[in-house]
Amino acid sequence: MPEHCIYIARSSAIAARALAGEMMVMNSADSTFFTLNEVATAIFQAADGHTPLREIVRDHVCEQFQVDPEQAQADAEQFVAELSSHGILLVSNQPLAAETP
Amino acid sequence: MIAAPRKVACVEIGAIPIALSTCDPGFFELLRQRYDGFLSSSNPQFELEFDLTSAGPVSDDDVRVGREEEAWILERGDFHARWDPRTGRGRVRQNANPYSLDSVLRILHSLILAERGGFLLHAASAICDGQAFLFSGISGAGKTTMTRLAPPDVTLLTDEISYLRPSAGGYAAFGTPFAGELARAGENCSAPVAALFFLEKGRENRVDDLPPAEAVRRLMRNILFFAEDKALVEQLLATACDFVDRVPIRRLTFYPDARVWDHIREFVCDFARNFQEAPEHA
Repeated sequence: MPEHCIYIARSSAIAARALAGEMMVMNSADSTFFTLNEVATAIFQAADGHTPLREIVRDHVCEQFQVDPEQAQADAEQFVAELSSHGILLVSNQPLAAETP
Repeated sequence: MIAAPRKVACVEIGAIPIALSTCDPGFFELLRQRYDGFLSSSNPQFELEFDLTSAGPVSDDDVRVGREEEAWILERGDFHARWDPRTGRGRVRQNANPYSLDSVLRILHSLILAERGGFLLHAASAICDGQAFLFSGISGAGKTTMTRLAPPDVTLLTDEISYLRPSAGGYAAFGTPFAGELARAGENCSAPVAALFFLEKGRENRVDDLPPAEAVRRLMRNILFFAEDKALVEQLLATACDFVDRVPIRRLTFYPDARVWDHIREFVCDFARNFQEAPEHA
């Protein structure tokens, strides 16, 4: 059975800006504001809509931050679910059109 | 039939003159009294026409600010306004309540400022020794307390809504008529911003650094902005980052007595001395 893939893309309705190694993200629809740590920033920046989340975690989290792959994947899915619930990230089981902010 | 003549008052806040007009003599007198220290003879850059309705009292409903084609629509239970930034003109339907009037003006200024790199901040501000100090925080953090504790030589700009615009050396703070618990309008003057303090009450007076990202996060939480508009939100975030880059931002833990103002003066002297010894942007 093929592995279930998650694809993520940044919403077009957000403003984002990096400062001192952290990414600040604001949803223009409801003005909610988030500060992402380094790991979350790496995932956010790699959210191009066509790279599966598992690849993003492998290439941008595990390699750079030397963390356990399974734990990193679980943390990433939790992070993606949270940002998705606030309209910051779009999530699909199929590739998405990139919505670079 | 001849339309009733409109009376016009030009109200200049933050060096942005806006003509407010109404056919209602009572409402005209109300707005003249409310913005007494901010009436101006400058040529208005923008115009708002007020039509009074018998709408209900000030509403607690959330404000809705969005675009309808090029125009901005400002709505709350107690007012409805349409303002076209291309012509600079707008029309407001509201009851005669001064709080509705304040709200419409604040929203309009927040839109104008956002495009000019400025913003309204939920903060008290005052001028001391020729420089402006901002005190921000949640309700109860001590904004009004700080203004009450200010020595007599300190000029109050506002105890509730601070008005900030970029200037040659950084940012300038302007007085506003928007009062909080103090129930007193600020003075109609301005000064370069020396520092922004996020307030916390404590048992001693202490100033602590804030990491830049934390400073931006706190700043964004306290900026008054209502529009659902991606371009303006991007501009606002860029402005907040620029402000953090150019203005010292600290956490001020303070014991509520007058000595806190001595502490603020000491901080400014120390900061200026350190900056001269080791300039950050050399």
